[in-house]
Amino acid sequence: MDIFFSTYGFLIVQMMLQALLGLSLYFPMMAGQLSLASPGFYALGGYIAAVISTKVFVTQGQYPIPMLLLEIVLGALASGVLALVVGIPALRLRGIYLALATIAFVEILRVVSLNLDITGGAVGIFGIPQPFTNSLSYAYLVLPLLVLVAWFASRLERSRVGRALTAIREDELAADAMGINPTYYKVLAFVIGAMVAGGIGAISAHFLNTWNARQGTFDAAINILAYVLIGGSRTFWGAIVGGFALTALPEILRPLGDLRLIVNGLLLVIGAIYLPQGLIRPAWLAGLARLKRKS
Amino acid sequence: MNTILELPKNTILEVENFTRRFGGLVAVNEVCFAVQHNEIFGLIGPNGAGKTTTFNMMTGLTPPSSGKLMYLGKDITNLKPYQIAQLGMARTFQNIRLFGNLTALENVKIGQHIHSSSGVFNGVFGIGKSKAEEKQILEKAKQLLELVGLHDRAQVEARNFSYGDQRRLEIARALALEPKVLLLDEPAAGMNPNEKAALSDFIRAVREKFKLTVVLIEHHVPLVMGLCDRIAVLNFGQRIALGTPAEVANDPAVIEAYLGGDD
Repeated sequence: MDIFFSTYGFLIVQMMLQALLGLSLYFPMMAGQLSLASPGFYALGGYIAAVISTKVFVTQGQYPIPMLLLEIVLGALASGVLALVVGIPALRLRGIYLALATIAFVEILRVVSLNLDITGGAVGIFGIPQPFTNSLSYAYLVLPLLVLVAWFASRLERSRVGRALTAIREDELAADAMGINPTYYKVLAFVIGAMVAGGIGAISAHFLNTWNARQGTFDAAINILAYVLIGGSRTFWGAIVGGFALTALPEILRPLGDLRLIVNGLLLVIGAIYLPQGLIRPAWLAGLARLKRKS
Repeated sequence: MNTILELPKNTILEVENFTRRFGGLVAVNEVCFAVQHNEIFGLIGPNGAGKTTTFNMMTGLTPPSSGKLMYLGKDITNLKPYQIAQLGMARTFQNIRLFGNLTALENVKIGQHIHSSSGVFNGVFGIGKSKAEEKQILEKAKQLLELVGLHDRAQVEARNFSYGDQRRLEIARALALEPKVLLLDEPAAGMNPNEKAALSDFIRAVREKFKLTVVLIEHHVPLVMGLCDRIAVLNFGQRIALGTPAEVANDPAVIEAYLGGDD
């Protein structure tokens, strides 16, 4: 068991981080908004943590946990503010146009970070100090965070705000006619998602030890979108299951050698064709709950 | 003369010179009418007369090219749909716009949005008045479903309802806004004769119970004649008649619009 955890500690924490990124994309999706901006906020949060821990608050030895928590909060807040600024004009766009605008946003942040001195330019920021002694120990922080965000999402789904988001997803015009301000709720969902992504970025910067412009890319956006689409976009469970499964899949397929990338891609395509609603569906969860009540 | 003098005092909703152009097409042309408190006001006319466009302008979905909309003495012409809804005007749609993947209960709960106030944190953490509010919302949703006779199917998804039931569910959702004015766009469309007959009584009962003003678009002439206090007739975007059902039915312009002229 020890060998398992020391071998796969990195992967286990990575699965949780990716599930959280899936959740960050799920929040705007609750209001039917296809936003691919998560990697941008993820990159921003990471740079904030990297700059603070290597340039502002330099320590010897183990990095203090309270500082890490502070970085998470700062990363989340900065992302939230940026999301507000970007979201108000961007969320006037619908469907694929919003997706394109958010891809452009991620690209702009990437190019800016490539050219700024404070972000280390193309080289990035190295030697970000470690608050934990090994990869797996990050789970002490990441797992509670995952539970917290998942709980938040599940409660939100069943609250008044969640109903407003769902109404906008189902029929924006009808929601508007019911007195729901679509812009307000779309921006709200976008900001919540951005804050999650920013906070996760701050953790990831330490976790990966180095941070550079390759962290927030279009590729990452597509991966995160795949978590939600394959996992299921109608419940927060989808983002979690999708994030876990798709992060673990390349490792599980490792014995196949170079073939694994082909098989990985093939499984995504098959999933999209035969499970258009994703693995986890609300009706399926409701059925599960009924079964549990009966027994 | 007295009635004319008393008009403004009693007017809840006033459409002044509504015009809407779509490119070169004038869908609605200088249409005027005033709706009185507590009346059932009908908007009729042949296909393409501009009824739904007028409705859309009255609820902010389509901005008028020119003209003014007065509600309780206030100019609400350029307000957004959600702002107009918040002021107390609720509507249904000709082509039914329920939240199809959600249950009947959820649809009616969403309709109560403006009468609740829990934000993200109160809602998520279940603090403040959010718990009591949720309970209230559930109670009221159940009552409204009972009113339209759908309470035994509260957990059924809206898209699985029959056409007539969907229409009634949409009315329940609109009533959840506790509106002062209820705008119904072809409420009888897709209903069978029995349902149509019941609909008149239902609309009248709802008006009494909630002290509503009702504006409705309808094609089914017997329903309109029996139900409405006053009727405005549109044809080719223009108002060609306005009056009680009896007056309108005998108006030569109306007869010509519906049956064709002598030519």
